[in-house]
Amino acid sequence: MSVLHPDEATARRLAGLVPAPVGAADPGKGDGSLEDEPGKRAPLVLGNRSFGDVTNIVCGYIENKPARWWLPTVLFTGSIAGLGGMFIAYLVITGIGTWGLNNQVDWAWDITNFVFWIGIGHAGTLISAILCLLKQRWRTAINRSAEAMTIFAVICAATFPGIHIGRQWMAWMLFPLPNANAIWPNFRSPLLWDVFAVSTYGTVSLLFWYMGMIPDLATLRDRADARMRRNPNGATVLPFVPIRIDRLRAFVYGLLSLGWRFSSRHWHRYETAYLVLAGISTPLVLSVHSIVSFDFATSIVPGWHTTIFPPYFVAGAIFGGFAMVLLLLIPFRSLFPRMSDLITLRHLENMAKIVLATGMMVGFAYGMEFFIAWYSGSQFEQEAFLYNRLMPPFFAGEEGRYAPYWWAYWAMIGCNVVSPQVFWFKAMRRSPLVIFIVSFLVTIGMWFERFVIIVTSLHRAFLPGEWHMFTPTLVDIAIFVGSCGVFLTLFLLFARYLPMFAISEVKAVLPQASPHYHPEPAGPAGEKGGH
Amino acid sequence: MAGRVMAGRATGTIYTTESGVPVYGIVAEYATPADLYRASEMVRDAGYARWDAYSPFPVHGLDEAMGIRRTRLPILIAVIGLTGAALGYLMQHWMSAVDYAQVVQGKNPRDWEAYIPITFELGILSAAFTAILGMLAFNRLPMWNHPLLRKDRFLRVSDDRFMICIEASDDRFDPEKTRHLLEAAGGTNVDLVEDEPEMPVEDDGGH
Repeated sequence: MSVLHPDEATARRLAGLVPAPVGAADPGKGDGSLEDEPGKRAPLVLGNRSFGDVTNIVCGYIENKPARWWLPTVLFTGSIAGLGGMFIAYLVITGIGTWGLNNQVDWAWDITNFVFWIGIGHAGTLISAILCLLKQRWRTAINRSAEAMTIFAVICAATFPGIHIGRQWMAWMLFPLPNANAIWPNFRSPLLWDVFAVSTYGTVSLLFWYMGMIPDLATLRDRADARMRRNPNGATVLPFVPIRIDRLRAFVYGLLSLGWRFSSRHWHRYETAYLVLAGISTPLVLSVHSIVSFDFATSIVPGWHTTIFPPYFVAGAIFGGFAMVLLLLIPFRSLFPRMSDLITLRHLENMAKIVLATGMMVGFAYGMEFFIAWYSGSQFEQEAFLYNRLMPPFFAGEEGRYAPYWWAYWAMIGCNVVSPQVFWFKAMRRSPLVIFIVSFLVTIGMWFERFVIIVTSLHRAFLPGEWHMFTPTLVDIAIFVGSCGVFLTLFLLFARYLPMFAISEVKAVLPQASPHYHPEPAGPAGEKGGH
Repeated sequence: MAGRVMAGRATGTIYTTESGVPVYGIVAEYATPADLYRASEMVRDAGYARWDAYSPFPVHGLDEAMGIRRTRLPILIAVIGLTGAALGYLMQHWMSAVDYAQVVQGKNPRDWEAYIPITFELGILSAAFTAILGMLAFNRLPMWNHPLLRKDRFLRVSDDRFMICIEASDDRFDPEKTRHLLEAAGGTNVDLVEDEPEMPVEDDGGH
């Protein structure tokens, strides 16, 4: 009597009750998500998925046994993180003289790493806030993992200013806390603005991330709870440990989901709060890297004293952040089952376009710096760009003057300006392998950008008698590599224990989520007539 | 189903099941967001006030179909955000220009410009905390225990089910009429929801 709803039809098909229709994918549309016709909407989720499929796919990453690569990988990255921690301990005990710093170059890898990581952290909030305000529905596939990445990047970033201050046990003096000397921090210093910007950014990102996760944590809670009710004697955490896995899950996810029960009256306030958070995070994300750039721009060091820095830094942060999102998600979507249905080629193509656009902005800023150096007529400024950064030895004129860090500058140009240009070609920005390689190059390039800005400006400033090169020590390298280990370990743990996709948001962009959706087969969905 | 009717608090009637457990409400399932949307309009038009629709994701436009008034949360966020910014400015001014006035780089400590970035950040910080904590407070969360969460079928709302629950505390609630309304709206698996068993329901002398 009742008409089978297409959602149920899909569920039956996926449960293996009905054979799947053999649909030949149009080769011009890649996996089916690449729609070139402007009037047509490409699907955001592939495979004609039902709501239940989305729940099963995403919760499956947490509830099923992890893939065999997961534990060895997390042990490896965890060891790197631990090694980095040991070198930080050594640094705290011995002093920052163990870094390769000298009187001239008194900021080097520490601040490079800080700016590198905080920049990476910008993609998450951009995706969750700015793309939300712009109603870019494709963001739902990537926002959760990008927000997680943001938080882990901010954790790595915050470490470096914390340990670079020399006497790390005095780090509390960064905050306006009453103390015996009755002095307060200098609120007129960009470095203190930085403290407030980064800590606000970290806190707001964490709140945003957590709030987005509440419904999904409730889904995990309910699934564990339902399994417990069906079978109270399920598997235990470890053999001989009488704690049922599902009871533990129901408890932990239940605690974290705060008793969320999917009420529409709650959803109404939730969506309002989400929109407001998106609205206030947008100026926040733009302010954070602007303030980071003030650390440099408000000084008088040639190469730093530049008004273009705030927009240039923000564009660079989004550029580097998207590259990192792609760098993580491209392997993940092949390693995790059915993830490529949620992160389609179109998602990758959209992100590749953002990488291209922001890469062009960054390239424009690089060029503009030279123009302003020339236009300013300041000899110091011109020399800083020409002989601190640009000039390779094989172009050095009769005087033989060249920039000793020319290779860093040109690595930056090659990675950040040249490599994204391949994305002008459709085939390139639709190939996960090409996107992965370019993202890798961009990530390297963005690290070099910060190195170039910081070290090449400092190593030869006004007085030639004080010129000095910078060479990293083992401690420099180990702490940076350790921060990569921390980042990857946290991300792998996140992928294992927390919902990697915004389940409720992905469901909401499925076509059948609209209250005005009419299934194509005969019979409107509403006319099922009782039971 | 709803058995005997007990005269309860002065506010109204308390319905109990046959075993004497008070009734929280009647719940019905709907297959799709479209069904839920239509049913919500019917329940709204029937004049119920204490009821709710449950869905795995926010269904677009459902707040209007349910007749939910717009939340005042944004006003609260704006007020607390601006207060946070103002306090942040005053903090900086007091610390740098009053309590321990210092001239830095030859600039008057009373000048306001340099205090703007931190004022802005603190405003955002207070607004963000208000957004999430205010949302939770208005929703009366956290509430780790709820009559609905004890129903096995209700747990599927977090997956792919859509439900409406009309609460027994509503003035218009009537075990039979409410049930018929939910069924007429296309609801399936219409069922009673028992309230907290801990609630004192002993008939002390029998009202």
